[in-house]
Amino acid sequence: MSLTTPFKRIANAATLPWADVPAWPAEELVRATASELSRGARLSSWFGVPEGDAVCLVAVLAFDSEKTLAVARSAAFTGSYPSLTVKHPQAHMFEREVWEQHGLVPEGHPWLKPVRRTNGDAPANGTFFRVEGPEVHEVAVGPVHAGVIEPGHFRFQCVGEEVMHLEIALGYQHRGIEAALTGGPHRATLIQMETIAGDTTIAHATAYATILESLAGTEAPPRAQWLRAIALELERLANHTGDLGALANDVAFIPTSAACGKIRGDFLNLTALLCGNRFGRGFVRPGGCRFDLEPERAQRFLDRLKTALVDVAQAANWLWDSASVCARFENLGVVSMAQADEVGLVGPSARASGLTRDVRADHPAGWHRQAPTKAAIWPGGDVFARGHVRALEIERSGEFLCQQIFAKTESELRVEIAAPAPDTLAIAMVEGWRGEVCHVAITDAAGRFRRYKITDPSFHNWTGLALSLRGTAISDFPICNKSFNLSYCGFDL
Amino acid sequence: MNTIVDIVLRLACWLLLAPLLPGIINRVKAWVGGRRGPPVLQLYYDLARLWKKSVVMSTLASPAFVVLPAVAWVALLAAAMLMPLGPAGAGLSFRGDVVLMLYLLGLGRFCTAWAAMETGSAFEGMGAVREVSYAVLAEAAMVAAMLSLSVQTHSLTLTTMLSPTVGAGAVLLAAGLFIVLLAENCRVPFDDPNTHLELTMIHEVMVLDHSGPPFAVILHGASMKLLFFAVLLTQAVLPMGKLGVVSSACVLVAGVFVVTVSVGFVESLMARLAFRRVPLQLATAFLLCVFALLVAWKGGVA
Repeated sequence: MSLTTPFKRIANAATLPWADVPAWPAEELVRATASELSRGARLSSWFGVPEGDAVCLVAVLAFDSEKTLAVARSAAFTGSYPSLTVKHPQAHMFEREVWEQHGLVPEGHPWLKPVRRTNGDAPANGTFFRVEGPEVHEVAVGPVHAGVIEPGHFRFQCVGEEVMHLEIALGYQHRGIEAALTGGPHRATLIQMETIAGDTTIAHATAYATILESLAGTEAPPRAQWLRAIALELERLANHTGDLGALANDVAFIPTSAACGKIRGDFLNLTALLCGNRFGRGFVRPGGCRFDLEPERAQRFLDRLKTALVDVAQAANWLWDSASVCARFENLGVVSMAQADEVGLVGPSARASGLTRDVRADHPAGWHRQAPTKAAIWPGGDVFARGHVRALEIERSGEFLCQQIFAKTESELRVEIAAPAPDTLAIAMVEGWRGEVCHVAITDAAGRFRRYKITDPSFHNWTGLALSLRGTAISDFPICNKSFNLSYCGFDL
Repeated sequence: MNTIVDIVLRLACWLLLAPLLPGIINRVKAWVGGRRGPPVLQLYYDLARLWKKSVVMSTLASPAFVVLPAVAWVALLAAAMLMPLGPAGAGLSFRGDVVLMLYLLGLGRFCTAWAAMETGSAFEGMGAVREVSYAVLAEAAMVAAMLSLSVQTHSLTLTTMLSPTVGAGAVLLAAGLFIVLLAENCRVPFDDPNTHLELTMIHEVMVLDHSGPPFAVILHGASMKLLFFAVLLTQAVLPMGKLGVVSSACVLVAGVFVVTVSVGFVESLMARLAFRRVPLQLATAFLLCVFALLVAWKGGVA
């Protein structure tokens, strides 16, 4: 990065006085962001901060190869600005969100519609892109689905069985979390953080705790960082195992589906052994963790972990050894590396397209600074690759836990932290099991949250699912969907 | 008097035993998956429960929505009456009854597909399209199989076609008919009867809007169709004509049981095919039956 960059560099889990965030005219910010994105940066977050009647845009970029983040903002303005999406499609969802939340119009945006709300109407009643022509038919799925899953609406444009276009309309789970955070932190804030996406409890709670700790100018004690890293990998293990089982279930392959359902429970129970709750609720607190892992329990933990790891490796091998399963997974729902980069995928979905993106390795914070992890990459971009990356990550998370479980960390478990610094911007990123969880907080003069922006990995990745469906059969939608397994509520906030 | 008793017993046999088969399949699948699984009699309980329920009708649907499942069920039952049961023979038998049987099966499918489109749902239309397009291939295989039996026995009557000696093509015929059985009954790898994903369904999505007694009739019809094909497969490939009454009856029951358990194992250990590969698999079944036909036709000469 040249010295004349319009962006200010910042590390993960660090803060910056709001006054030091470089401010540019909106056109200049868009131009600068576009040129940084062209140089290999990635848009981690893009949001508006109200300033009086006007709004200023904030761009958070990630330079993965340089292991640094960068931030800049625009001067407060109203009305419109030239759209970034025209050059960089990865901004399209962010610009729609800013338009929905603050009314700033990105001029030239090819498909400007709300991301969550439709003037009080259900998202399924909004406008949808239509393919015209004889034999083109439209299939509407959801928001009520046949399984016990979250609500979302999917609109397919098909010719026969072939999908030409899929548009996804979410927002049914919108709870107004970001709005509720303004003026915070409140008493309920941590509980809300843990339920942004229930299966990503540890990642979101860790990101929030990190924000508060960095705003207080401190860090969690090493022992708490260590425990958070362990809980984070357990969360990954449980969810990836569940996903492998769900993939097997979708192609009616019973052995892996039945085994993984059980093993996922084993991993969840390990989290319960750690903190008394299978999803890690109430474990992470600003300033540390609430429960310790003494050596005796650590030994029991390790014994049970090793059994579960052997079981899950076996169940995954059944999948890869079955020709009928591999034939079903291969070359299905392909997202090329170029496409994945263009729409800004994160997490296992990006790594399954061959992109090296892993916050634990690229922007380590907390315990990951002394316990490095390697990203699991598998080129291909198909359902098989997304399944295989999960199996690889299960292996690596298992190794990580076995190595780290007896790590020497003699420190207190939890410390009292000071009040958040006033007029400061803080960024915390955590590699949740779905990918990059990005929290950005900006405090006001009193040290309360002026703006708290949450970007769940699903916000980046839903577009990847829509792309993966192009040209495949509509009957392959469920399995493609399962291979991404994105969060509806994490997106809807 | 004897005829009446015979017909009543035969009806009872088809109507009462058929729902047992899905129960056995589910037990096998549960066993492979390490689960306890639903009771073997689960389908009987389901039918009883559905029978007590009322019918929910779409405002768009005509009365055909309720009538057609019944027609399909009667067509299947009629086909079952033509099917010989080992030593007991067929309830109704005449020259050319095999052709009527094929048409009755076709009628059943036609009625189900029509009923599916009654509600105007995109899903059910999709299911009907899939069902009939795969049926084109499955029926070709079925016709080839019947032809090979007919050539082998120089007969067009099911009783003679199915009971006598078995030709050299029995193995080919068994493989071909087993694939047809899986396809016709919407089992894995062609369809997944357990899936909840509408977009991947074939048979299940066609009956998505049915409820109450008509749905019970559909479920019962499906189980009868499974029994029908299991009986057909067993008799087409096993030399039962040479056995005594008791032993051939035992062989028939054992054969049906083995076929059912095999379906369970295939379903447990195989993943579903992608839709675009289904025609290839059905073409394989067709070719197997055609080779069985060639063996029956030219086998003696060479």
